[in-house]
Amino acid sequence: MPYIIETEKLNLFYGDFQAIINVNLKVSKNTITALIGPSGCGKSTLLRIFNRMNDLIDGVKTTGSVKFDGKEILGEDVDLINLRKRIGMVFQRPNPFPLSVFENVVYGLRVHGEKRRDVLDEAVFKSLSSVLLYDDLKDKLSVNALTLSLEQQQRLCIARLIAVTPDVLLMDEPCSALDPVSTMRIEELMAELKKEYTIIIVTHNMQQAARVSGECGFMLLGELVEFSNTKQIFTAPKDKRTDEYITGRYG
Amino acid sequence: MDNPRVFDHEMNELKDTILKMGVMVQGLIHKAVDSLKNLDRNLAEEVIKEDEKVDQLELEIDEKCIQLVALRQPEASDLRFLMTGMRISNDLERIGDLAEDIAERAVELSGAPLLKPLIDIPKMGAITEEEISLILDAFVNRNSAKAKSVWDKERQVDKLRDMVHDELVGIMSQDSSTVSRALPLLLVSRHLERISDHVTNIAEDVIYMVEGRVVKHGGSPS
Repeated sequence: MPYIIETEKLNLFYGDFQAIINVNLKVSKNTITALIGPSGCGKSTLLRIFNRMNDLIDGVKTTGSVKFDGKEILGEDVDLINLRKRIGMVFQRPNPFPLSVFENVVYGLRVHGEKRRDVLDEAVFKSLSSVLLYDDLKDKLSVNALTLSLEQQQRLCIARLIAVTPDVLLMDEPCSALDPVSTMRIEELMAELKKEYTIIIVTHNMQQAARVSGECGFMLLGELVEFSNTKQIFTAPKDKRTDEYITGRYG
Repeated sequence: MDNPRVFDHEMNELKDTILKMGVMVQGLIHKAVDSLKNLDRNLAEEVIKEDEKVDQLELEIDEKCIQLVALRQPEASDLRFLMTGMRISNDLERIGDLAEDIAERAVELSGAPLLKPLIDIPKMGAITEEEISLILDAFVNRNSAKAKSVWDKERQVDKLRDMVHDELVGIMSQDSSTVSRALPLLLVSRHLERISDHVTNIAEDVIYMVEGRVVKHGGSPS
């Protein structure tokens, strides 16, 4: 089984505080992996390691190994622009740029120097289609993205990532700003996207983790306590702490 | 780390109701076998009537389980508890029906003296009662070792059933006029053996509830 992301003895320190403790995680291609755990357990920090977003924070030190597609990504010489192109991130609140729908989708391509109109048009068509937004927005490509509904904005942000043809989509609480119906639709979209991409999602919503993911990791105080297929985690977790957390007994 | 939850209170109520149903069913077996041993028609009719209460409890437990699944979205150990609770109430209800069957045999036989004093059938009844005590204890205290101990008892019941069978077949083959009085007893031994089987079903469910491991039919397919 080829793992697209593989960590070994991964540790992360914010100054003296160790936020990630000896995490060994293997993420398979074309799966949805959910990371669950109480606030401050390190799940978002772990997610941000995968595209080196923590580098933006002062005093962060990471040790151990993270391999993406078999190659180490923690080194100094890693091309971060390229890494973040291949491993994109969706955030809690949709964060489209205050630009037109069209310009939002092609933003990444423009950054990478793409100017050909036919290539950009094709990217907009493909990306918006893959997030099931094209039919709704094809006549509104020039409207400001901030006028869209929150769900459409979140879809647009996913389309913006897809335009630069990533391998992995990292999602940090992607539905927490959405209503239940929009949440359900984003979850359906995730199931669709799984065919082409690998998704890692951080969520506080246990039911969401149960619904969307195939693999699930429970984190507590920086450690990956248990990692297994989702069915196992939600019916018969092996670790007592996992059981306590998902049954709501942990406090 | 354990925090009391509103949910825990509801789960405990459910546990109490299952326990109540178990004790009730155990009492029915006792009375049914007594009614047969003493050819006490009134007691047998009491058993038949009381089985309705067992049926009511099954409905109550099912409804409570469905409600908790819908409203609380249980996971992991909570989920296993509720699924097990539903299955246990189903097995207990079947056991109640079998006790009622035994009582019906007692009514059938009550017109004439017994073919012979009963020895092995009351023994079978006593063992099935012990099985129920064990399994209720295992369920309430989440003790899978105790659950496993019912298989020993089940083997004892099977052995006694075989003995009763051989003895009654012997009597019937020597004197065909005994058939109408021997056949109901043969059926009773079969009812008691089935009760014991239902208890082992419950044991399998309790092991799943405690350990998350499927043991019935040789284990989980996956």
